[in-house]
Amino acid sequence: MENTIKENILTLKDVCISYTPGQNAVNMVTADIQKGLITSIMGPSGCGKSTLLRAINRMHELYPGITITGDIKLNNKDILKMNAIEVRRMAGMVFQRPNPFPTLSIYDNVIAGYTLNGIKKTKDEKDEIVENSLKNVALWDEVKDVLQKKGTFLSGGQQQRLCIARALALKPDILLMDEPTSALDPIATNRIEELLVELKKEVTIVIVTHNMSQAARISDYSMFMYLGDLIEYDTTKKMFTNPQDKRTEEYLTGKFG
Amino acid sequence: MSDKAFKTLLWFAASIILIITGGMLYSLTSGAIPAFKQFGFFEFLSSSEWNPTEGSEKYGALAFIIGTIITSILGILFCLPFSLPVALFIGEYFKGKKIASLLGTIVDLLAGIPSIVYGLWGFYALRPIIMSLGLSPQGFGILTASPVLGIMIIPYAASLSAEFIRMVPNDLKEGAYSMGATRAEVIQHIILPISGSGIFSSYILALGRALGETMAVTMLIGNANGIPNSIFDTGNTMASIIANQFGEAYGLKLSSLIAVGLLLFLITAIINFIGKLIIKRNNL
Ligand SMILES: Nc1ncnc2c1ncn2[C@@H]1O[C@H](COP(=O)(O)OP(=O)(O)OP(=O)(O)O)[C@@H](O)[C@H]1O
Ligand SMILES: [Mg+2]
Repeated sequence: MENTIKENILTLKDVCISYTPGQNAVNMVTADIQKGLITSIMGPSGCGKSTLLRAINRMHELYPGITITGDIKLNNKDILKMNAIEVRRMAGMVFQRPNPFPTLSIYDNVIAGYTLNGIKKTKDEKDEIVENSLKNVALWDEVKDVLQKKGTFLSGGQQQRLCIARALALKPDILLMDEPTSALDPIATNRIEELLVELKKEVTIVIVTHNMSQAARISDYSMFMYLGDLIEYDTTKKMFTNPQDKRTEEYLTGKFG
Repeated sequence: MSDKAFKTLLWFAASIILIITGGMLYSLTSGAIPAFKQFGFFEFLSSSEWNPTEGSEKYGALAFIIGTIITSILGILFCLPFSLPVALFIGEYFKGKKIASLLGTIVDLLAGIPSIVYGLWGFYALRPIIMSLGLSPQGFGILTASPVLGIMIIPYAASLSAEFIRMVPNDLKEGAYSMGATRAEVIQHIILPISGSGIFSSYILALGRALGETMAVTMLIGNANGIPNSIFDTGNTMASIIANQFGEAYGLKLSSLIAVGLLLFLITAIINFIGKLIIKRNNL
């Protein structure tokens, strides 16, 4: 690894999350996530990957009855003590299914974070944000002549890049991605993977993935979760070449999951 | 019963309904023809005269068409500030919770109250208020009928709108929340624009109901046969003139009332058709 000075952007300490009292979907997870890197979260279906990821931008409180205990610190600030809206602007999210807003144009989709939050910008500022964000996701050349068309006219892969651009437009510190390529074909997936490696310079990425080779290709660190526990967390290289836990090894060699 | 016999039975029942509707349209049309023949179709539509004096009898529907449109649109305007929040409550704020289904049930209950009960309420509760505000000397008129009409159509507008609001995909809402939007911002920028045309169609269908509401309107609108000068004036709707006058009507007057009925039937059918078309366009 090039950057020898480690700086943690996100620290999780004894994080437990439950949908039903007494039943932890995520159990006592402790981990430090480094700035400027890609960290992947792997594990069989239902092991709590999405649940953990959604705690980081406080999505759980949109629904009743979900309890979170433990400490989650983003940039050394306790997110549970912060204003949820502030947290969500710091931690952008990209979902499994591309979800551009269907009533909005490509342009308005990119700028949606500002419109939604009632942040006023001049036309020039908006133009600049839109252009930069779309360039960041390598979509600018493809859409610069059709910015006023609806975002939903784009292909699935383009839509997902639009959603990444939309999240990046707010200049988040961390980008949370929940299986962002699982609804895409291999070519579109490939483009997004290349993009994420590029984006590392701008934003820390935490990505949930079912695709082990994707984790191996793009991530610097990997987590392996099983039944709500964080079983193993190490550099991707070490995890794939020399897993410490038997369950990690079994998962990585396709024995389950 | 065999499959075939069952199917025949269904066909039979379905065609009876078609025949009844067709028959209704036929008898309305044939009843209306003498009036149209006497006054001319377009003259009947564009004249606001309603003169039953023997010898110089002359009837036209314009005053009632205008009365109907003003009363119904005003009704929709009264309905909107109540039904849209209720729809948002049921379809978004308390979606899937007990209180939403409770509220939904209460709203549906409103639909079950007989028209005459609304009329009585308007007569004894609303009319005195209108009078004491000095808006109308007798307390009758369009301004008395429309709010009652507005309340009567709340259930139709609210429950269908709530359905469209409820159908806005969760991942779009989460996408907005994940960028720091508040609930009000999500409603304003995501939910209402996406469900907008569906909500619009709910109000079109509610308008379809308002056009034909008879009893309560007849009791409150003041039953005057001219074009209303303002919303404070008395008037008649197409439905209320029929309810008011069909009892002693015969000959040309009866034919004219039937013609008004036919027009009401057609207008309502067109409005309903437009509402359903918008819903279909949105594949919902
Ligand atoms: N809204 C919910 N209400 C109740 N239980 C839930 C809810 N969402 C998830 N769970 C449960 O929590 C556990 C973890 O689910 P989660 O969605 O985090 O798994 P995941 O690792 O993301 O799985 P997948 O790979 O299938 O996306 C599962 O047992 C799941 O059934
Ligand atoms: Mg998941």
